[in-house]
Amino acid sequence: MRRHARARASFTRRALLIGVGQAAVFAGITARLYHLQVGDHDKYATMAKQNSISERLVAPERGVMTDRFGAIIAGNQQHWRALFMKAMAPEPDAVLENFYRLVPLSDEEKTRIAQDLADRPGYIPVLLKDWLDWPDMALIEVNTPNLPGVVVEEGSSRVYPLGAVAAHAVGYVARPDQQEAKQDPVLALPGMRVGRSGAEDANDLALRGSPGFVQTETNVHGEVVRVVAQDAGTPGRTVALALDAGLQQFAMQGLGNQTGAVVMLDATNGEVLALASTPAFDPALFDKGVPKDVWNAWMQDPHHPLLNKAAAGLFAPGSTFKPTVALAALKCGALTPDTILTCPGSLQLGDHVFWCDNHVAHGSINLVTALQVSCDVFFYKTALMTGINRIAEMAGLMGLGVDLGSDIPHAQTGLVPTLDWARGHHIHWVQGSTVVQGIGQGYTQLTPLAQATMIARIASGNAVTPHLTRRVGGALHPDSVPGAAPPLGVDPRHLAIIRQALFDVVNTPAGTAYASRLTLPGVQMAGKTGTAQVHNNSAAEKMKNFDDMTMAWERRPHAWFVAYAPYDNPRYAVSVLIEHGNFGAQTAAPLAHDLMTYALLHDPAGRDVPLANPPPEPPSTMPQGESA
Amino acid sequence: MIGQSEIGLRRPFRERSFGLARKLGRVNWLFVLCLCLLAGVGYAALYSAAGGSSSPYALSQLTRFCTGLALMLCIAMVDIRILEKFSWPAWVLGVVLLVAVLKFGHVGLGARRWMTVGGVEIQPSELMKLFLVMALGSYFKRATPEQTGSLLFVAPAIAATLLPMVLILKEPNLGTAVITGAVGATVMLGAGVRWWWFALVAVVIGVCAPVIYDHLHAYQKARIDIFLNPGSDPLGAGYNIIQSKIALGSGGFFGQGFLHGTQNQLNFLPEKQTDFVFTIIAEEFGFFGSVAVLGLLMAIVALAYYTALSCDHVYGRLVALGIATNFFLYCFVNLSMVMGLIPVGGVPLPLISYGGSALTAVMLGFGVLMSIHVHRDVEFAEREDF
Repeated sequence: MRRHARARASFTRRALLIGVGQAAVFAGITARLYHLQVGDHDKYATMAKQNSISERLVAPERGVMTDRFGAIIAGNQQHWRALFMKAMAPEPDAVLENFYRLVPLSDEEKTRIAQDLADRPGYIPVLLKDWLDWPDMALIEVNTPNLPGVVVEEGSSRVYPLGAVAAHAVGYVARPDQQEAKQDPVLALPGMRVGRSGAEDANDLALRGSPGFVQTETNVHGEVVRVVAQDAGTPGRTVALALDAGLQQFAMQGLGNQTGAVVMLDATNGEVLALASTPAFDPALFDKGVPKDVWNAWMQDPHHPLLNKAAAGLFAPGSTFKPTVALAALKCGALTPDTILTCPGSLQLGDHVFWCDNHVAHGSINLVTALQVSCDVFFYKTALMTGINRIAEMAGLMGLGVDLGSDIPHAQTGLVPTLDWARGHHIHWVQGSTVVQGIGQGYTQLTPLAQATMIARIASGNAVTPHLTRRVGGALHPDSVPGAAPPLGVDPRHLAIIRQALFDVVNTPAGTAYASRLTLPGVQMAGKTGTAQVHNNSAAEKMKNFDDMTMAWERRPHAWFVAYAPYDNPRYAVSVLIEHGNFGAQTAAPLAHDLMTYALLHDPAGRDVPLANPPPEPPSTMPQGESA
Repeated sequence: MIGQSEIGLRRPFRERSFGLARKLGRVNWLFVLCLCLLAGVGYAALYSAAGGSSSPYALSQLTRFCTGLALMLCIAMVDIRILEKFSWPAWVLGVVLLVAVLKFGHVGLGARRWMTVGGVEIQPSELMKLFLVMALGSYFKRATPEQTGSLLFVAPAIAATLLPMVLILKEPNLGTAVITGAVGATVMLGAGVRWWWFALVAVVIGVCAPVIYDHLHAYQKARIDIFLNPGSDPLGAGYNIIQSKIALGSGGFFGQGFLHGTQNQLNFLPEKQTDFVFTIIAEEFGFFGSVAVLGLLMAIVALAYYTALSCDHVYGRLVALGIATNFFLYCFVNLSMVMGLIPVGGVPLPLISYGGSALTAVMLGFGVLMSIHVHRDVEFAEREDF
């Protein structure tokens, strides 16, 4: 035991000695720290401020967007800009004074610069002036000694070769706001832009890239002596959209001065081949900042040029809703293909009369004929037999009134009412509400994008999802992979009946869109017209039998046409909406005819390289024959 | 009844064991608190290193710390007599890993130090220090003063220290090799090996230093050269020392403020989240903050000494002394490096620097330390074949 005690005492002695030694070392470190941090503080603080090596981040070049054939639709243009590195300037305020004397700036800009300087960390340069011209650059170069910390850098800004033509599809970029810049310092870099709408927004992260840096050695005056190291960063990836620039241009031309929207999809995979909305705007304006007067003009325009009517414009679908009602009725057994209903020209429900279009009596007809001639009374009755919830359920399958999961930002889901919805909104649902639902009036509101999805789904029998993006950095978008779309879940026999009816609409003399049938050899289009009332017309207007051209523009009905082709092997699906364009057959269907002809001749679907020898443009005349 | 008490009388020292709850109560919670406070400081520093963001460093490091803490407490629950039985097998495992890392390890910063085992990144040299301490503790746990005075008895212990040192030097990792040797020497000193032997070795090393310098790797020589004259190549290897000193010096008494250190936020120090993490604290919280961190580090060393001194068995005393010294040397080398007192070497600041393998090794060591603390009054059998 004594041996143990002696050993322990020896250990304690030695351990304490080692411990004291280590404590002494700690004390030495503390003393050294005091010397460095407190004693020599002034010396090192000055060194830190005038640190001879300084690094600043450089904005990466934003990725380019092309159409499916590689034509640039959002590119970059080089220009020069002046930046200011606070950390490199011994007296930042004096430098700014000097700069303002050489390059006058507005008070607004000066306030922004002061704000940025206060907000941002030192390694993020602050933008003084973008788009320097040669006189400015020369002045800055000559006065470099008086401007320590001012750097002239080549930057890039966004250009859109198609201008307004693809504005809504491609979207635009803008400077990040203060909030975003605070959250992600990279966004605070001058020249960084974020996508604000359209494909620029949808693919923003892929397009951004990651920043590089420049390390420079500066002398005591803050002048750059040499560049020590630099790295250009990683430019954003190239995004190929599914758009066909030619088709897009053609669609915009076709819409012309009319207010409206066109969406053309690849019916097999949902790729957006054209997405047009009129009136449009010049997206390049956002990059530099929209001038006030232009902005005010946009805001006051009753045609809402900034609204992407194709994806976010909500319109009653009118008769283009009938195929959906028919499918719902077939599914629940309310109708069979052979069911005959009688149209006496109107339907009396209680003390209210629901008229057929033009007050025409269609007599005893079946489903196919009812769609062909677009009989309203047939669908009033069908809606009553089917019920509002079943119609909404089928609409959901068709992509109507539901979130499509598309990559198009700010797309609206629209509305197809259900009894629950009505209860939730304290709406007393009456039978009459269901009746008008049968012809796509009432509460139903849909976007042209959803309508195109609906017709593409009927055409292909697959639940295709519309999407703008085809390839990111060369890799095919998952939805663009052939066979990616799941089956629709609708009885193929029912779809065949509807397709037959839609064929008759366009290709039989009694059909409402017979005048817009295709003139290409061996190819047929199937489609459905729609004329959606937007105004509860007065008795006087009703007496005139909707002689719409005498009505004020904003009271005229919207003209719809949805179609697909070729009939026997669907590849293209289109929806055309002319806002207040009167009858669908009159304004929307002819445009759909032109677009479909263009698409079938150039056949962009599924291709990354355009057809080597596209057939010559057809004469822009409509087929001969009596119109319906 | 009689039979039971007879057994109790005959084997009194082997049967001292406690329930889990009692063991948890015996953990030195003040020590655990100090660890958590340091981890908190580390979180703040790494948050700042990422420019005011918990990713990519701070959050993942905190996760590692929590895992390490759980691991430590689990080890602390294991009877130190059981851990002792694994001392030599652990040493053998450490040597095997060191050989393996030379053969299969991946190269980082010009040296083969790391390897991946089952998805976990490990640095065998860090584990080796702990295993060496345990092996030496086991070797000396029953040594008499006569034995510790005999060179023949001590020679195997010296060999057990030198072998891993040589393997670590081959990686090459001069800093860790020197720490390994120093830790081994400290354990031997605590075990009662003669004072003047250590003095002799120190003199011999001093005399041989120029010869050793000739045999160093070019980059190791460069580090020493630059340390002696940092201004000679301001953009090259001397850059780190200069920038690190500027960061410390510009901190002043109360610092430039959290997230406002220019040296840190302007990225003057590459990889500042690892070896140079102390500069972030020093720059943003000043001398005040630096001393607070030093105080916490010292408290951990002091509490480890407390465990060593209050332990009733030789094994626990020696291992606790070794772990305390290892931690101390870690801090010393890192802080001296950051302050430009010794040449730069890849030694992180324990519990604060970003990185998993060093943290895991430190927490493993603390697990053994806590097991010693929990089982400080158990008795080891006099002889192995009892």
